[in-house]
Amino acid sequence: MWVYEKKLQYPVRVSQCNPRLAKFLIEQYGGADGELAAALRYLNQRYTIPDKVIGLLTDIGTEEFAHLEMIATMVYKLTKDATPEQLKEAGLGAHYADHDKALFYHNAAGVPFTATYIQAKGDPIADLYEDIAAEEKARATYQWLIDMSDDPFLNESLAFLREREVVHSQRFREAVEILKEAREQKRFF
Amino acid sequence: MTREALPEEFYQLMEDLQAVDFVLIELNLYLDTHPEDLEALKQFNTFAQQSQALRRTFEERFGPLLGGGKSFSTFPWAWKEPPWPWQI
Ligand SMILES: [Fe+2]
Repeated sequence: MWVYEKKLQYPVRVSQCNPRLAKFLIEQYGGADGELAAALRYLNQRYTIPDKVIGLLTDIGTEEFAHLEMIATMVYKLTKDATPEQLKEAGLGAHYADHDKALFYHNAAGVPFTATYIQAKGDPIADLYEDIAAEEKARATYQWLIDMSDDPFLNESLAFLREREVVHSQRFREAVEILKEAREQKRFF
Repeated sequence: MTREALPEEFYQLMEDLQAVDFVLIELNLYLDTHPEDLEALKQFNTFAQQSQALRRTFEERFGPLLGGGKSFSTFPWAWKEPPWPWQI
């Protein structure tokens, strides 16, 4: 089970209302390489992965939900004071027509989240390589978002999330080595 | 949604806790792939103790942080009260 804690993993501050940035950030909420996809991917793979790496998938998957909450907080803070007119100007008119200011799991282009973003091959090496790729893609996305943002407070939180992807990728690479080593040992004894 | 401004102490204590808990998350993931690193494990246990102490200080002042009975509640039921994380 999970326990909820009334705190963000890392503080989220924004300089000002900026719905244009929120529109881009939604990519990491309901996009292919976003935090929802990451959390669901790892937690789903846990059940069929060798015992040696279940803990890692559980812990990274759980952390991704904390990241999802950070992204939601960013989007909420960037849009809560916006007028419908400002949302329209920011390219969020279509979003407003359907959702008002509610968040929704779609990407920056408005494409709804789909389970097809997530793979589950049942082969531990294939699954972990996918996880490494997912982390690298998320890292790249955070970089593109930082490149487009002129909000120094927001960029601080985005840089934190980008660095987390680097660490996750590193841990997944180590998990691959752990499994390869175990496989070698089986072969020799 | 307007709410009373939170005292400076809220932000300070929250950030202290976030900092210590971040070290714990980092050490936790590291230990998942380096289970026999005794130094890291000692650090983990030290920070876990610090985290519990900080959480207690925060909660005495600003209410429960954990749901489902992992934190105590004052009267009336304090868990459902704002601020929620995105409102801070
Ligand atoms: Fe990640």
